[in-house]
Amino acid sequence: MSRYSALSLLRGAFNGQKHWQPAWRDPEPKAHYDIIVIGGGGHGLATAYYLAKVHGLKNIAVLEKGWIGGGNTGRNTTIVRSNYRQAELHNLFEFGLKMWEHLSDELNYNVMFSPRGSLTLGHSDADMTMLAQRGDAMRCDGIDAELMTQDQVAKFEPLLDMSRSARFPIEGALIQRRGGTARHDAVAWGYARAADSLGVDIIQKCEVTGFVRDGDAVVGVETTRGRIGAGRIGICVAGNSGHVAGLAGLKLPIESQTLQAMVTEGVKPMLRSVIQTQSLHCYISQSDKGGIVFGGDPDNWPSYAQRGNPIIMEQAVAQGLALVPALSRLRMVRTWSGVTDMSFDGSPIIGETPLPNLYLNGGWCYGGFKATPASGWTYAHTLATGKPHALNAPFSLDRFERGATIDENGSGPMPNSR
Amino acid sequence: MMQISCPHCGPRAQNEFVYERTIDSVVALDAAPEEAMKTLFTRNNPRGVDEEIWRHTYGCRAWMVITRHRVTNEISAVRAVGPEALP
Repeated sequence: MSRYSALSLLRGAFNGQKHWQPAWRDPEPKAHYDIIVIGGGGHGLATAYYLAKVHGLKNIAVLEKGWIGGGNTGRNTTIVRSNYRQAELHNLFEFGLKMWEHLSDELNYNVMFSPRGSLTLGHSDADMTMLAQRGDAMRCDGIDAELMTQDQVAKFEPLLDMSRSARFPIEGALIQRRGGTARHDAVAWGYARAADSLGVDIIQKCEVTGFVRDGDAVVGVETTRGRIGAGRIGICVAGNSGHVAGLAGLKLPIESQTLQAMVTEGVKPMLRSVIQTQSLHCYISQSDKGGIVFGGDPDNWPSYAQRGNPIIMEQAVAQGLALVPALSRLRMVRTWSGVTDMSFDGSPIIGETPLPNLYLNGGWCYGGFKATPASGWTYAHTLATGKPHALNAPFSLDRFERGATIDENGSGPMPNSR
Repeated sequence: MMQISCPHCGPRAQNEFVYERTIDSVVALDAAPEEAMKTLFTRNNPRGVDEEIWRHTYGCRAWMVITRHRVTNEISAVRAVGPEALP
């Protein structure tokens, strides 16, 4: 695989740019792999890359039912941050954020990581107390967090409605300056190209339809392109974890729900950061093309439809307009929906399953994109060694029966709380 | 948005209804702890048809069981439930 560089572009300029090659191969599946990763999204491709790069494994395949990056990797709001209160979560996401900072170099592929700041607004004294607590928890683990006063927020993001008559008056904010956004497709493509160049077989249009069992142990997969044997198998299909685990007879603490996002026409730069709030559920940022990207709540009822409900869209936009009234004249040009694994405590699951050789990475709720490098790194460790990495040990599947849930802000469906 | 035929009020917009959980995840009062745990915290979550408990929260406030396909959103049955229908 030739390296992308300014020099290769310049050289290409003299021969009509004829040097471009496909970024990854399109191999036929082999009869057996040491490790099979099911799911060619960012997480699956990152897992395969770190299996090859860090653990030196050679015989790895990624199986993807559609095309790589065509699921939630291509259906998110591209936000990257690690500003979580719970130590288990912010340590995992911070590990990832540090990887994001060097990811373009690591992959020799521009993932357009833009650390423009992740601004969480507070609308009341109670909000500000919660933000201060969250910021303190982050700083105790060496993660950057700054509390901002009302005046600082007004200067930092001048188009916010700072008036006292605002629908959601702004008291202050917590900012993580190292947070930001990245180019979602480039993450999948960059990992795919880097993994492929290390010998990973990326097999697209290959849907897993069943598992091959030897007693309890899982020894292979049935796919639309035939049976493939494997030493270890990692499910990495967040959104469809319930379906794929169901093929192995497992029931997971997960319900699949729709999460929507939408983008307006492109305008000149008007918002510099990623805006979120402590009380509302609304994410606003401006893409590099100029469109204002909105995200909101999940649809709150189970669905695999990949299309959402206008009620939720209206909620997200109403909140956004209340915060930034200047957005009111923009036209919405596109909306999209992903199927998210809503786990019952709002945190991911990365680790072993009750079945030997079968591992699970899922339950990312609405926070998977930012975790892509950390998820790949820890899952690769788990698949290569058979044991969890220290960072993903708390996220085991059995934490619910042990009562060791990690309930950041009660953000999962939490059936035991009603 | 779906239109749900409430057994008591007739066809109504989905935003009058709230989803609760699937019918098979209602914990029986005398369930053993392990069984209660499994029922409460795991789901079949099929990419197909499941039976779900919804409530007409902003209407008659009655509970009902909806049989719905989770990809097409097609509702094949809605039935009223009372305490006698629960395990």
